[in-house]
Amino acid sequence: MTFRKSPMGPLDYHRRPLPLLVFISTLIFIYLPVITLIAFSFNDSRRNIIWHGFTLKYYEKAFANAELMLAFGNSLSIALVSTLFSGLLGAMAAYLLWRFRFRGRAIFEGAMAMPIVIPEICMGVAMMAFIARAGWPQDLPWPLNLGAITAAHIAFCFPFTAIVIRARLESFNRQLADAARDLGAAEFQIFRDIVLPHMKPGIIAGGLLAFTLSLDDFVITFFTSGPDSITFPVKIYSMVRFSVTPEVNAASAMLITLTVLVTAIALRIQNRHRMRGG
Amino acid sequence: MEPWRKAPLVFLVTLTPPGLWLAAFFLLPLSLLWAFSFGGKLGITGIDLTWTLANYARAMDPLYLGILLKSLWIAGAATLICLTIALPVALVISFAPLRVQPWLLLLIILPFWTNLLIRTYALIAVLRGNGHVNSVLEWLWQIGDGFLALAGLGSLHLLGTGFTPLALLYNDSAVVIGLVYVHLPFMVLPLYAALDRLDRSLIEASIDLGAGHGRTFFAIIAPLAMPGIASGVIITFIPALGAYLTPDLLGGPDSQMIANVIERQFKAANDWPFGSALSFLLMYVTFFGLALRSLFAGRRAGGDSA
Amino acid sequence: MPSSGAGPIIRIEAVSKFFGGKPAVDNVTLDIRQGEFFALVGPSGCGKTTLLRMLAGFETPDKGRIMIDGRDMTGIGPNYRPVNMLFQSYAVFPHMNVEDNVAYGLKIARKKRGEIISQTQEALKLVKLAGFEKKKPDELSGGERQRVALARALIMRPAVLLLDEPLSALDAKLREAMQLEMVHLQKTVGITFLLVTHDQSEALSVANRIAVMQDGAVRQVASPQELYDAPNCRFVADFIGKINLFEGVAAAAPQQNRVRISAAGIGQVELDGEVLGPVILAVRPEKIQISHEAGVQRGWIWVHGKVTDIVYFGGHSNVFVDIGAGRPLQAGIPNDRRAGMANAAPGDFVWCCWRNADTLLLPG
Repeated sequence: MTFRKSPMGPLDYHRRPLPLLVFISTLIFIYLPVITLIAFSFNDSRRNIIWHGFTLKYYEKAFANAELMLAFGNSLSIALVSTLFSGLLGAMAAYLLWRFRFRGRAIFEGAMAMPIVIPEICMGVAMMAFIARAGWPQDLPWPLNLGAITAAHIAFCFPFTAIVIRARLESFNRQLADAARDLGAAEFQIFRDIVLPHMKPGIIAGGLLAFTLSLDDFVITFFTSGPDSITFPVKIYSMVRFSVTPEVNAASAMLITLTVLVTAIALRIQNRHRMRGG
Repeated sequence: MEPWRKAPLVFLVTLTPPGLWLAAFFLLPLSLLWAFSFGGKLGITGIDLTWTLANYARAMDPLYLGILLKSLWIAGAATLICLTIALPVALVISFAPLRVQPWLLLLIILPFWTNLLIRTYALIAVLRGNGHVNSVLEWLWQIGDGFLALAGLGSLHLLGTGFTPLALLYNDSAVVIGLVYVHLPFMVLPLYAALDRLDRSLIEASIDLGAGHGRTFFAIIAPLAMPGIASGVIITFIPALGAYLTPDLLGGPDSQMIANVIERQFKAANDWPFGSALSFLLMYVTFFGLALRSLFAGRRAGGDSA
Repeated sequence: MPSSGAGPIIRIEAVSKFFGGKPAVDNVTLDIRQGEFFALVGPSGCGKTTLLRMLAGFETPDKGRIMIDGRDMTGIGPNYRPVNMLFQSYAVFPHMNVEDNVAYGLKIARKKRGEIISQTQEALKLVKLAGFEKKKPDELSGGERQRVALARALIMRPAVLLLDEPLSALDAKLREAMQLEMVHLQKTVGITFLLVTHDQSEALSVANRIAVMQDGAVRQVASPQELYDAPNCRFVADFIGKINLFEGVAAAAPQQNRVRISAAGIGQVELDGEVLGPVILAVRPEKIQISHEAGVQRGWIWVHGKVTDIVYFGGHSNVFVDIGAGRPLQAGIPNDRRAGMANAAPGDFVWCCWRNADTLLLPG
C-alpha cells in the first residue's frame, strides 16, 4: 500500500496557502530572534552579525564575571525559597478552596487572583513603597538581604501554584476519602494517605512553575532589589541597557535553557498524571 | 464542599498562612500605594497624607493624558495586529489533525517560556541598525546595485548612493512589534479554544447552503467565536497596556507608555503620590477590562446551557 | 432543480477514499435514481458517511468520480453542488433565529426579499413550524431543531437531499413518528432523499431502495423486501433483521440444480442450488415453527433440540433451542400462537421445522 497525500477537503484550513503562510511566518517571527540569540552566543566575533566560527569564550567570560555569577546565585536562591513557600502556601490555599464553604470565600478567591491579573508595574511600585515605609531592615548579610524580593516573589507565585494544585484536586474522586473513612481512617490519616498523594504531582508542577516565574521575573524585582541584591534578570537588564554583546547572549542562553528545562519537566509531570488520573 | 465549621482547625490551618502572606506582602503594599495616591509630596522622601485628589487631577494634564492615550493606541494597535495574526494561526491549529494539534500549540507557546527581558533583547539584536533584518536588506541592496551596475545604470544611483539602514528600533512601531511578539500566545490560546469548541458541521452547513469561505467566516465562524475573540482581545490588551519593559527597551524618547511614567515617578522624578495615582488608574482600566471579559464569558455560558 | 434527463440523479463511478493508507470507501459504484428514497446502511465505520460526505463535497475521492444530475463533480466545492445536507447534529446556526436559519441559503444566492420571505414561510409550513420564525435554536426541542434544518435544506430545492443519521439523536417514539413524516415529506416535495443510517430497521421502513455497505464496499443493493427475503451474502443476511446461520458443506445431488448439504445440527438436506463446497444455511426466526411431536412432511426441514431460554417480547417470544449446531436456533413464535405450546419450558425437548423454500443458501 503506497502512502499518498489525500486531496484537500474544503475544510482543511490548515492546508490552505494563506493561513499556512501566516502560520509559518509567525513561527519564523517568534523563533528567529531567540534562535539567533543563542546561535550568536557561540560566535567567535564581537560584531554580532557575521558568523566567525564556534567558540565558548563568551560562556567562559560570563562564568568569570563575578557580578553576573553573584546575581545568578541570588536568583537561584530566591527561586528555590519561592518554590518551597509557594508549594506550601499554594497547597494550603488550594485545599482550603477545594474543601470548605465559608463566608468571604469569593473575596479570598478574588484576592488570590489579584497578583495574577494586575499589571506587574503596579505590584512592583507597591512593593517598593512598602519596603521603604515598613522599615524593612537594610544592609542585612547574605542571604537575608534577599528577603524582601523573596517575600514579593512568593506573594505573586503562590496564587499560580494554587491554581495548578486546585486543578489537580478537581480530579480527586471524593468517594476515595469516603471509602477510607468507611475503613476506619481518621481525618488526618485520610489526608496523609489519600488526598496528599493525589495532590503531590500538582504540588511539584506548581512548585516548578513558581521556580520559573521567580527566576524570570524582572519588573517586580527591578523595584524591590537594592544595590546589594541584584538578580540575574536585573543584571542582564543593566548589561542590555549598556550594549548588545555576546556575553549577554551567553548569559541569556543559560537562563533560557534553565527555564525551558524546568517548565518542560513541570508539564511532563502534569500531563503524565492527568493521563493516569483520567 | 463542606461548611468550615465541620473542621474549624483544618480550616484555620489552611486559611491563615496563605491569607496572612497575601495580606502582608500584597494587599498591604497595595493599600499603602492607594493611600499614597491621595497624598502630597513633602520634601524629598516625605509623603503627607492629605486625601487630596490633586494627583488624579494631574493625570488629566494634557501631557499625561497624551501618554495615556498613546499607551491605549499602542496597546490597541498591538492587540489588533495580534488578532490579525492569531486568527489564521488558530485556524490552522484547530483544523490540523487531532494528534498534531498539541504539538503545534506547544510550538507557539514554547518561545514564551523564555524570559521576557531576553526575548525583548533578542528582538533588539534583530531590529537594530546593524541588526539581522538590516543586514539582509543591505545584502539585497548590494545585489540590486550590482545588477544595475552590470546593466550600465550604476552611475544613475537608482537605489541611492548607499544603503541606509531602516530605523526599526527606538520608535513606536518597534514598541508595537515588541508587544505583538510578547503577547501573541495570549491571543492564540483563547481563539484556538473558541474555534476548537465550534461545531464543525455548522461551518459545513454554511458551505453546503452555498456560502463561500469568506462569507462563512463572517456569518458563522466569527459570530460564534466572538466570546473567544473578545476574551483574547482583552487579555492581550490589558498586559500590553501595562507593559514596562518593551517600551523601555524598544521605544524612543517619545514612545513612553504609562508604565514608564510610573517608573519615572518612583525612581528619577521621585514623586510617589503621583506615581501611585497613575498606578491605580492603570489598575482601574485593568479591572474594567476584566469585568468586560467576565461579562462576555457569562453571556456565553448562559447561551450554552440553554 | 428536478433532473432533466432519464439517467440517474447520482452516479458514483468506482470511487475510493483512503484514510492513512486504509480504504474507507473501496471502489464503490452506485446509481441513485431520480425521486427515490435511497438508504445507505451499514455498521459504523463501513464508509457510508464518508461516501455521503464525498457526495456533499466535504471529502474528495482519491479515485473515481461522482456525477450529480449528469455533471461531473470533481473539483466542485460543496457550495456549488446541487445537493444539500441534513447534518447529524442538525447544525442549526445557534446565533440566528429560525427564520434567518431557513433563509440563509436563499440570502447567499441573492434572491429577492419578497421571494425569500414567501419561500421561508412555505418551507416552515411544510415542516410544521409556522409561527416559530423568531425563536432562537436554544428555545427549540431536538425534533423542532431538526425540522429547521430540514426546512433550511429543502428550501434550496436540491437535486438530492443528503441525510446523515438524522434520527439517531431522537428518542425512540419521536424517531418512529419522524420516519413516517419523512416518507410523507419526500413524497410531497418529490426530491430524491439519500439517507445514511446504521439502523437497518430504519432503512427498511423508510427507503425504496437500500445499499448495504461493509468495510468500504457495497455488498448488495435492493429493495427492502428483496434484502430481507433474498440477501446475497452472509453479511447482509446477518445485518438485515434477525437470522439463524448454519455453516455446512454442499455436495452434488442426483437431480440437476439440486445440492445435498450437510450441516451440524441439521443433518442432511437437499435444496435447490448449484454452488458446491462450503455454504451457509440461513433461516429467519419467524419462519420456524415449534411443536412437541415429530412430523414428517415433504419440503420441510425438521430438527430436534432442547429449549434453553424463552425471551418474552410482548407480541412474540424468542425461543432458543439447542440443536447441537454450536449456537442455539432462534425461533420467533407469535404469542397468540404460542398458546398452542404454552407448556413448553426451558429444558423441554421440542421439534423445530421450516419450509425448504424458506431456507436461504448463501456462499460460505
